[in-house]
Amino acid sequence: MLPLFIRSIKFLIGGAFVFVLGLALFGTVKTAITEPEPETAEHAMHKHPKDLKLASDGVFGKFDNAQLQRGFQVYKEVCAVCHSLNLVSFRELGQLGYSEAEVKKIAKDWATKQPVFDDKAGTWGERDNLPSDRFPKVYYAGTGTPPDLSLMAKARHNGGAYIYSLMTGYDEKPSAEALKKFPEFAKPAEGMAFNPYFANLNLSMPAPLTGEGQVTYADGTRATVDQMSKDVAAFLVWTAEPHAQSRKAAGFAVILFLLFATALAFGAYRTVWKGVKH
Amino acid sequence: MSFPWAKHYEPKQPLMKWLDEKLPLPRFVYNAVGAGYPVPRNLNYFWNFGVLAGVALVCQIVTGIVLAMHFHSSAAGAFESVNVGIMRDVNAGWFLRFAHANGASMFLTVIYIHMFRGLYYGSYKAPREMVWLLGVVIFLLTMATAFMGYVLPWGQMSFWGAQVITGFFTAVPVVGEWVQVWLLGGYAPDDATLNRFFSLHYLLPFVILGAVILHIWALHIPGSGNPTGVEVKGEQDTVPFHPYYTAKDGFGVGVFMIVFSILIFYAPDYLGHADNYIAANPLSTPAHIVPEWYFWPFYAILRAFTADFIIAAKLWGVVAMFGSILILFFLPWLDKSPVRSASYRPMYRIAFWVLVVDVLILGYCGGSAATPGIVITSQLASAYYFAHFLIIVPIISRLEQPKPLPNSITEAVLAKKGGSQVTETALSA
Repeated sequence: MLPLFIRSIKFLIGGAFVFVLGLALFGTVKTAITEPEPETAEHAMHKHPKDLKLASDGVFGKFDNAQLQRGFQVYKEVCAVCHSLNLVSFRELGQLGYSEAEVKKIAKDWATKQPVFDDKAGTWGERDNLPSDRFPKVYYAGTGTPPDLSLMAKARHNGGAYIYSLMTGYDEKPSAEALKKFPEFAKPAEGMAFNPYFANLNLSMPAPLTGEGQVTYADGTRATVDQMSKDVAAFLVWTAEPHAQSRKAAGFAVILFLLFATALAFGAYRTVWKGVKH
Repeated sequence: MSFPWAKHYEPKQPLMKWLDEKLPLPRFVYNAVGAGYPVPRNLNYFWNFGVLAGVALVCQIVTGIVLAMHFHSSAAGAFESVNVGIMRDVNAGWFLRFAHANGASMFLTVIYIHMFRGLYYGSYKAPREMVWLLGVVIFLLTMATAFMGYVLPWGQMSFWGAQVITGFFTAVPVVGEWVQVWLLGGYAPDDATLNRFFSLHYLLPFVILGAVILHIWALHIPGSGNPTGVEVKGEQDTVPFHPYYTAKDGFGVGVFMIVFSILIFYAPDYLGHADNYIAANPLSTPAHIVPEWYFWPFYAILRAFTADFIIAAKLWGVVAMFGSILILFFLPWLDKSPVRSASYRPMYRIAFWVLVVDVLILGYCGGSAATPGIVITSQLASAYYFAHFLIIVPIISRLEQPKPLPNSITEAVLAKKGGSQVTETALSA
């Protein structure tokens, strides 16, 4: 028989953990009652993304190339001034239905050029983009740091809907009356725009899509703010995972095969065990 | 060891005879997972999960080896090599990456079910203590491997996860800060950290593989347990592993692959965190740093300790978090009840299900932002966790009046299937 101390060491250790947790619990409850955390403006005003239905959603979702081309046009004419798309190559645009020559031309005409270092002169120069190049980095001098958009649709929860909501969600700053409850929030930096879909409600980017006809769609679609927002969201869902469509198609075949194989395996299992009680 | 009635390997073809004389590898496999290993006939589907864990490990090693061929292990190149190279340019690279990332979740899911199976059916008890101990070692190694793997894509959660987890060691008095710098190879995660994590992430799966072999070896000494917890008494209690359990495991692997495929092809990012699609940025701390879902229960225990008592709250949290796993090593000696299966232990069965719910609650808390409500819930749930293993189970094992056990596996099987009393006695004699 082990000495009593050794035998009861488990109770001592268990008791110690439970006791310290009890102390911690007491402290947490006391703080929660005596100094309840004030409600934050983010908690009161932040909104979850609106619903967005895209052709690429769901098990059989397919990219809508016409929409992706429109979205690309919005990116090119509006977003690209500040935001790069540095993880995407021009050649990948071929997937949207552009011909090889069109891709070449898009790359060549792209406003931001590729930086090149001249070994002889020791200076930096520029050259036109090629289809094999990635979309060039964009250097932005204003306030804020415009993030790269390549993976934006994956880098935010429910990213496609988030982008659409952010584009259409700009709103008047809440009145001083409404902000009285949130003194720390009432004095945001000047020049910030209010958007309830943005995590901390204030962002440096003013509403980028401001009025109908800001871009003129080649396919004649009416370019309302809502339409442009949907299109650019769809485009960024594509840039975030251009292979999503083949992923889903492959998955369908794989799962169909697995269902069949598993049914056979089940049959084999039942046959082998036939007559064996278990 | 094997049961006396185990079938013997008898090579018939000359080539197999020749091989058996020189290197009896087929004989080894035959005795390990072939017809030469008698297994209780009454195993339920929970006994599939050991094989499934092995399958998951092999999937991880295979996809991981190919991914490593395309991965750049540098702070400047890692994020791009994953998100451009592997995800866009490598043929089916997206498949490898999603299979590997979700494979980790599948592996941990299967391990958790396998462990809870062990807890319910008393698989940790004599004579299988060593099987259980090696299992806990495998669990620890798997968690270390999964953590280091999550750092490799060098996204925001990778970077800040590495910062936070190595930061645990700063809780150690005097040398803590120094230990963190030593682990990271610098003052913050950088090239040195990424490279050593990559190196260890490639090494540890093979260490796990070694531990798995020991785990199976240790299992084959007493033979597999079973849902009644009654040991095998004779040949009528067992069936050969092959073809009986190979067939059953074939079906199990099929179901496993279907669930795995649904994740890979239709919800590849569901279990991940959006922030890891943002490249690591040492200057921007994410609003909520959370580990992967399989660490959530332990993360909740870490955060539950908010009061200083003799030592700092942070150190309590770290000690408790590691302690919550280390306790499992002592389980075979904490639970003194001679009855293995919870089916015959009315009190332990209740405690077991409370523990399952408790761990699920801890998991929920660990994945949520630390609001007072969540912290209070974590504190209560953590207290039950420790009390379960260190106080409740030892006391139950003394007080509990177990239900009568069947005389043999065969008796239990026939009783379930409505076999007559006469046959039972005849068979168990």
